[in-house]
Amino acid sequence: MNAKREPLAVVANEPVGPYALIRLERGSLEPGIPGQFFMLEAPGRLLPRPMSLCQAPPGELAFLVDPIGPGTRAMCAVVPGDRIHVFGPLGNGFNLDVSRPLLVAGGIGIAPMPYLAERLGGPPAIAGFRGDLHAEAARLLPGAEVVVEPRLVTELLPDERHDVLACGPEPMLDALRTLVPDAQLAWEAPMACGYGACYGCVVERDGRHVRLCVEGPVLQEAAA
Amino acid sequence: MIPLLNASGCLDALTAPEVARQLDAFVTKTVTPLPREGNPPPRIAETESGMLNSIGLQNPGIEAFLESTLPRLRGLGVAIWVSVGGFSAEDYAGVCEQLDDRDEIETVELNLSCPNVEEAPETAAQLVAAARLATRKPLYAKLSPATWDVAESARAVTDAGADGLSLINTIRGLALERSSARPVLARGPGGYSGPALKPIALACVWACAAAVDLPIVGMGGVASAEDARDFVSAGASAVAVGTALFVDPWTPGRIRSDLGGEGTAAVTTRRSAARQSA
Repeated sequence: MNAKREPLAVVANEPVGPYALIRLERGSLEPGIPGQFFMLEAPGRLLPRPMSLCQAPPGELAFLVDPIGPGTRAMCAVVPGDRIHVFGPLGNGFNLDVSRPLLVAGGIGIAPMPYLAERLGGPPAIAGFRGDLHAEAARLLPGAEVVVEPRLVTELLPDERHDVLACGPEPMLDALRTLVPDAQLAWEAPMACGYGACYGCVVERDGRHVRLCVEGPVLQEAAA
Repeated sequence: MIPLLNASGCLDALTAPEVARQLDAFVTKTVTPLPREGNPPPRIAETESGMLNSIGLQNPGIEAFLESTLPRLRGLGVAIWVSVGGFSAEDYAGVCEQLDDRDEIETVELNLSCPNVEEAPETAAQLVAAARLATRKPLYAKLSPATWDVAESARAVTDAGADGLSLINTIRGLALERSSARPVLARGPGGYSGPALKPIALACVWACAAAVDLPIVGMGGVASAEDARDFVSAGASAVAVGTALFVDPWTPGRIRSDLGGEGTAAVTTRRSAARQSA
């Protein structure tokens, strides 16, 4: 485990549409591979929350958080100077050894894409959102082709073969599993520990329950 | 020196060996006779002052455990306790028998109280008695707090041949999704753990320590050196960390250094000599 756990100071908390981009001092933590995640303390709550790294500017780690429950709302309320414990990087990220990458993001699934795009040198990207407010987050991924509902991001998939790297809601990932069997898909699940201890984050694959934090969160169904 | 363990099901020493090495003994996730995929997700729900889990004893089964897991645990350099579960006295006895000649196993903990699976029809004491006939290993009985008189259970498992007590397991709880008014967890209720459990666990340790002369591993909401001291004050001879490992994997090391002793301590695995010869 090259993961470390440290209290990191909040540098900035910037609204991005309905989301919050929480920028933290990096401390001695490594940014890891895009698609890996960190367990972030949710102030006042018992359990930390898993978040994939959004941006890795020099000396910082930045996370995009959607305030959907008591934990993520508490995280989105941090102010510069606060310190929150961060543990990571954890899990398996995207395989970056791809020849024709295409990034596919849905909603808050855009979170790991800016860091992924940086590491891949700005590959083509498509993104779908539920509405215009949420679509403001597309500014984190310049050059991405964007649709909002009722249009779906899968409608933007080009005909020619690409190495798809995707993150988004379950229906989107399920659709991609069928449309692009060798896609690398970043899944999410309720998680207590993030390092294989609790067996809480399993998903079913081939009739077996696999821990997303150990086997994933990026899973590839078929070999490319 | 207070020996520190993990609560069963709260650590995988193979995915996080450096976390397990903070402990005086590593307790495995419960092993059953046959492989189990466990309960469907969602399995985890945070509550106001604790958390619920409904894992359902996911494990590779005793054969794969002995063949593949145990050999890899040997390299840890930490005493190994194996948690044993099942759905009948025969199950418990069968697994214990298969563990009996494995020298790398120091102690067997009998999970008599998982709130997330069907229970064996036998009483805790009957399960201990069956396991006792199947192994010479020290046997710890892990008891549920969900009983009117835990001291009575403690006396019964003591008479059935237990060498120690693990107190306590999680207690059944339910969390509801506000929007749908349906349970958060796929299976409905789950096992409640975390800070909310500590007073319940302390009461159980206190009652059992007065009732029987067995070593007790105290657990339930332990996250600090103060918590560990409280359990020892109530009558525990060792302390286990559970949910706090999910929050911070380095909790045991922090507790140890806050307790003021950097060294490790052996866990008492047998009932006192006086008691044994009585």
